[in-house]
Amino acid sequence: MKAAGTLRVENLTVCHERRPAVHHVSGQFAPGSLTAIVGPNGAGKTTLLRALAGLHKPQEGRIRATDRIALLPQASALDRGFPIGCLDAVMLGLWRETGAFRGVTLAGRAQAEAALEAVGLKGFQRRPVGSLSAGQFQRVLFARLLVQDAPVILLDEPFNALDSRTAGEMLALVKTWHGEGRTVVAVLHDLELVQRDFPETLLLARDPIAWGPTAEVLTAANRLRARQMAEGWAEAAADCDQDVPEQGRAA
Amino acid sequence: MRRALVGCLAVSVSAPPLGLFLMLRRMSLTADVLGHGILPGVAAAFLLAGLSVPAMAAGGLLAGLAVALGAGALSRATGGREDAALAALYLVALALGVAMVAAGGGTMELTQLLFGSALGVDDAALLLMAGTATLSLGVLAFAWRPLVLECFDPSFAQAVGARGGLWHMAFLALVVLNLMAAFQALGTLMGVGLMMLPAVAARHWSREVGGMAYAAVALAVLASFGGLLLSFHADVPSGPAVVLAAGAGWVVSVLVGPVDGVAARLRRRHLAG
Repeated sequence: MKAAGTLRVENLTVCHERRPAVHHVSGQFAPGSLTAIVGPNGAGKTTLLRALAGLHKPQEGRIRATDRIALLPQASALDRGFPIGCLDAVMLGLWRETGAFRGVTLAGRAQAEAALEAVGLKGFQRRPVGSLSAGQFQRVLFARLLVQDAPVILLDEPFNALDSRTAGEMLALVKTWHGEGRTVVAVLHDLELVQRDFPETLLLARDPIAWGPTAEVLTAANRLRARQMAEGWAEAAADCDQDVPEQGRAA
Repeated sequence: MRRALVGCLAVSVSAPPLGLFLMLRRMSLTADVLGHGILPGVAAAFLLAGLSVPAMAAGGLLAGLAVALGAGALSRATGGREDAALAALYLVALALGVAMVAAGGGTMELTQLLFGSALGVDDAALLLMAGTATLSLGVLAFAWRPLVLECFDPSFAQAVGARGGLWHMAFLALVVLNLMAAFQALGTLMGVGLMMLPAVAARHWSREVGGMAYAAVALAVLASFGGLLLSFHADVPSGPAVVLAAGAGWVVSVLVGPVDGVAARLRRRHLAG
């Protein structure tokens, strides 16, 4: 496939409930790069990712994206009890071809079936998503990403609450995407994983602390600075308790 | 009486799938609010024009749409405590509607507006019910995929540009329209029953949205038949009779439905033990 286009942010500020959740972020996710976004709770990682996907309007600055973007939302943001079969859920990834009205072609259906098989859920076509474990459900969402076939892929905590086998297999998929030249950006918590498998890192504490090659970003000094900034918000938040859960969600 | 049956069957085909989506979006209460919300509009039309179907339909539709829009704005303005705001809204709407009808008419009319009257279904009402059912089914067939996507994964829907909000508004407008149609035979208070009870019961018959919709329609059709028979023979107002029949269908579904029904659970435990 052709090389992915650029994803640039210029002086981006995004607000949540009138308070800045992401503050003056500038930089570029290079085409074909594999970047982790890390930072303390409430650092605006998810907000930044959702803004990149076009779900939050920037308060200031802008986002330049030249290519189609696929987003993996946090699994907790979905209605997992919804009565829909695995294959139907995966076929929603064909939205670009089908839109709201057009039928799913045989080729599209085959593509969705192949994607289910690729994530290890062969034979799950008719299974309702409500009966899946957290790991299997995440596999369905990954299958939907496969079907979307986008040059830019954004993952929000893709390995959270997964058993190690599922996490390993999904990580392998992410590496395949990287190998195919797609631009992949993932919000992550596990720093060990980031240091091992993600070449680029953006350390975010509302303001960008550092952005670049992982080894240069995740230094002790940078991590200390991020932590100190997070402690600063905790004290400020004592004045307005009711906003704290909102921050949690924004994390 | 025959008109009432045909009309109820028409509404039975279109209202339960809407109720299903309301349930899946955890908006069951909203149907109640809209049902009560149309009452002041119907009452105002009744005061101005008497028991005329077009006037009451127009009044109810306007009031219902205003409440649907207002409820959304209210929940945004009050910071998400939606259920409390909605409960307040529907109590006020109910009281206002009852006060208006009582001021302008008698107990007879009040009973008819609130609980329905099978004999009150004239040709105009029948046309409204059939037209609503036709329109609703058409829109549902078109909007099925966006509605499913918006329920299942709203951020994804937004990210692929599915315009969930727009579909949602169209959907709420359909809900109001169906409540209006049901009100002609079942009354404003009871019309909601034919929408929600079969939808809630359908959960026990299928694990997929499509199957649930068929089950809900089947249950609603049975409830319409049974309820109107009961209303005719036992001299019960048609609204409560149909809703009671739908309620019986719900109880049966909970007991013997294959999905999470009581009997199915007991059998599984028996097999497991």
